[in-house]
Amino acid sequence: MDKQDNHKVVIIGSGPAGLTAAIYTARANLNPLVIEGTPSSTSNQPGGQLMLTTDVENYPGFPQGIMGPELMTQFREQAQRFGAEILTDKVTRVDLTQLPHSIWVGDPNKPEPTYHTWSVIISTGAEPLTLGLEAEQRLIGRGVSTCATCDGFFFTNQHIAIVGGGDSAMEEAIFLTRFASKVTVIHRRDKLRASKIMQDRAFANDRIEFLWNSTVSNLIGQNQLEAVEVINRVTNKTSVLDITGLFIAIGHRPNTDLFTDQLHHKQNGYLLTKPNSSHTEIAGVFACGDVQDDVYRQAITAAGSGCMAAIDAERWLESVGHG
Amino acid sequence: MAEGIAILTNETFDETIGSAELPVVVDFWAEWCGPCKTIAPILDEIAAEKAGVINVAKLNVDEATDIAMRYQVMSIPTLIVFKDGAIVKRIVGAKSKEQLLQEINEIVC
Repeated sequence: MDKQDNHKVVIIGSGPAGLTAAIYTARANLNPLVIEGTPSSTSNQPGGQLMLTTDVENYPGFPQGIMGPELMTQFREQAQRFGAEILTDKVTRVDLTQLPHSIWVGDPNKPEPTYHTWSVIISTGAEPLTLGLEAEQRLIGRGVSTCATCDGFFFTNQHIAIVGGGDSAMEEAIFLTRFASKVTVIHRRDKLRASKIMQDRAFANDRIEFLWNSTVSNLIGQNQLEAVEVINRVTNKTSVLDITGLFIAIGHRPNTDLFTDQLHHKQNGYLLTKPNSSHTEIAGVFACGDVQDDVYRQAITAAGSGCMAAIDAERWLESVGHG
Repeated sequence: MAEGIAILTNETFDETIGSAELPVVVDFWAEWCGPCKTIAPILDEIAAEKAGVINVAKLNVDEATDIAMRYQVMSIPTLIVFKDGAIVKRIVGAKSKEQLLQEINEIVC
């Protein structure tokens, strides 16, 4: 992998935004290289957050719904069909201070970058927040889970809980009732943030119960989760909930670590783009998808912004004589 | 699926693991698990490259739930490495080929 390549477009990340940018730039004969990430059991993997979902019911064109991983496989095939090159690896360092821009995969301390590129499309997405509790890492895979579709099965006929109040939390809670005898939703406020349709489905499900105004303050169990300590934010009272599984769906943080100090962020950490475009403040660097979207965060809006980034990149390359 | 990957079942698991001369990497997986599908081709490659050093086997947790429970598998994919019938390593979650090889090499070298 030491060969140093020159590209017109390198796309970092391979969710709906990155792969849509790949489809468009490949069709524009820009021979994009997509650095898609490496396999994991979190959303930090090729395909991104949709790899951990089941039925996607709101992506237009699939009236019967489609499985998230299947949808991403199709995005990827479509990008490859037009000649996008896909590398299953992680970007470890970027230097956006001069043109062409420099990108490293593998050892970030190598003096020479792995790739030079005239334009960079950043579509690194967002990853789920964790509770930040001490025992959390130790108990992942031992009762604490970041993937309901992977792990729900192991809690058949058991009482489990999910933390969160958004659409993902409700979707996972409903999914988990296929297995669990009871799913307690632990939410820090007294109403849900989820869309009306997801709220209605969750409220109608008699295996789901709600613990309002509550946060998880401690995880109990040495080698396996046995219970969680929950604190009521209104009364400040602590209680213990005996559960064997805890699923966490409390929101996301954008994956911007690679670009710290090189690109401007909004106050909440999301990358800043110029209004109605995907341009960052650095010429030839574009951002799309959840890494810059703190408002909509949908597969379809990510794909739409990936298309914008591809067209912006194409026009910019043309303007500097590299089209 | 590559040649050389044994498919374990409730009936064959104990005997296969107990009588294996090489360390056995057992992939606890299921059809509905996305990350399991991601690592399946990686395991095919590892099985081919490490032939003669380790055996790779698969256990479908839908069909062999009791065995999954016995080994406290609560998240898939989980890879458990058995040597002389005993657990020597447990790898939870999908990982890249390099990471998996690194963890497996720790056992067999």
